[in-house]
Amino acid sequence: MSLTSTPGQQGGPSARPAARRPSFSWLGVVPFLLFTVAFLVLPIFFLVIGSFQDAQGNPTLQNYADLTTRQPATAYRNSIQLSLITAVLGGIFGFLIAVAVILGRLPRVIRSAVMTFSGVASNFAGVPLALAFIFTVGPLGLVTKLLTDLFGYRLWQDDFFGGSFSLYSMLGLVLVYLYFQFPLMVLIVAPAIDGLRKEWREAAQNMGASSFQYWRHVALPILLPSLLGSMILLFGNAFGAQATAYQLASNINIVPLVISAQIRGDVLHNPNLGYALAMGMVLIMAVVILIYGLLQRRSERWLRS
Amino acid sequence: MNRFGAWWAWAIFIIAALYMIVPLVATFEFSLRQNPTGAAYRYIFNDPKFFAGLGYSFLIAVITIVISLVMIVPTAYWVRLKLPRLRPFIEFVTLLPFVVPPIILVFGLIRSYGRPPLAITSLPHGSDVVLVGAYVVLSFPYMYRAVDAGLASLDVRSLTEAAQSMGSGWPRILLRVIFPNLRVAILSGAFLTLAIVVGEFTIASYLAPWSFAPYLSQLGVFKAWSAAAVSIISFMLTWAAMGVLILASRGNGGRIQIAGAR
Repeated sequence: MSLTSTPGQQGGPSARPAARRPSFSWLGVVPFLLFTVAFLVLPIFFLVIGSFQDAQGNPTLQNYADLTTRQPATAYRNSIQLSLITAVLGGIFGFLIAVAVILGRLPRVIRSAVMTFSGVASNFAGVPLALAFIFTVGPLGLVTKLLTDLFGYRLWQDDFFGGSFSLYSMLGLVLVYLYFQFPLMVLIVAPAIDGLRKEWREAAQNMGASSFQYWRHVALPILLPSLLGSMILLFGNAFGAQATAYQLASNINIVPLVISAQIRGDVLHNPNLGYALAMGMVLIMAVVILIYGLLQRRSERWLRS
Repeated sequence: MNRFGAWWAWAIFIIAALYMIVPLVATFEFSLRQNPTGAAYRYIFNDPKFFAGLGYSFLIAVITIVISLVMIVPTAYWVRLKLPRLRPFIEFVTLLPFVVPPIILVFGLIRSYGRPPLAITSLPHGSDVVLVGAYVVLSFPYMYRAVDAGLASLDVRSLTEAAQSMGSGWPRILLRVIFPNLRVAILSGAFLTLAIVVGEFTIASYLAPWSFAPYLSQLGVFKAWSAAAVSIISFMLTWAAMGVLILASRGNGGRIQIAGAR
């Protein structure tokens, strides 16, 4: 035994005035944690276990190796592509709208209308959204009909940028996803734009900077972390979405739709490969949230709102 | 500089407004196409499955809200009062649902609770229990953030000590002091949960195919006009829920919460 006893350890004489009652205050958070374990941690844990097993239940890494085979790999590529395109387009467009309503000297009513509508639209995803676009630019949609009636252009039959148009395609998904992507961008980037101080612009102008120079050298560098962070969040938003795509084009090969088909009836002909596919998705989402957190911390250096 | 705003701002605003509004107008127009006008709506209001689905989804939403509040309010309060060191951890836990998309969550739930030894979904009302559990977990991120922001604006310690010095026990403090002071925060969390749960499709389509969103999805396949009518109704319900939310949060800094993907 060592002679230098650390104070406060059990048994030995303690310098403390009285032995403290053991604290049970941590019990207060137990119900919440148990609930999370039952309905979130445990289900995911079962998926993790399954992803490392073969059909007989023996441990294996084969499922993860099989993710590189044709169908899963294509599904990931398509999903990433779809999420990336809608994140960048939705991000740029949403940023422009936020700049327009905040710095464009539009009437105040418009600003609050846009913010309110963005709140609703970013929550208006899934089945009704997919249907709304079918009624708009589907084969019988209003815009399709108007194009034919007014210009004699048949959207679905005639030449469309050198190809043919279909809403039930990747392009269609991009078009529909943007409906919830850019309002989300407006909501998350607005506080950052609000945080740009008038003094910075005035200081730049006093030194003879043009409007372009101010944006290029002052505003955009300050906003960059929060712009990137917001786009990353949009990426995750599109990557996890299932309902909209399911209603619009359930045969498109993207990860959420492969998984939903897999739940209904083992389309991959290997349940364990399905679990690995799901794990890959969780992993990508975890990376997305991590990067978002890091960028968020960085953007707070300049913008305190 | 004119006082009507920059031309480029107007241009961007008008393009965005068209993109946002045209699909809604088109859906409304589509719902009126069936002859005679209004037949699509009449079909819906005569369809018992519509009311059954909507009623079920509302009930599930209300149960979800109650359980979520019972979980989150005491936890957030307790962490602020007694376990401040645990806050980052609790925050991390409430953010986990962002990392797990609904399609993955339902996959895991079916694997865990759809087969022995834990075959809950084959019990009577078993799938309802699992469904509510999933929705409560999904509501944690914004419920926690709403409640925690509400608590931040209160002097939790003084309120608690004042109540204790007058002889209140913990249940009484929570029910009579903390809950009433969090009215606004709770309302905003509750209405967001309502809007999300009633319209949720991914999890419901596996655990409760009779609920509102799966019903609308099937209607979209075989009765497009009526599906347009229900989409309009669903959009108005979202508006109503969000409207209450924005009114409620006006005194709360006016931040609009974000739900995430579907």
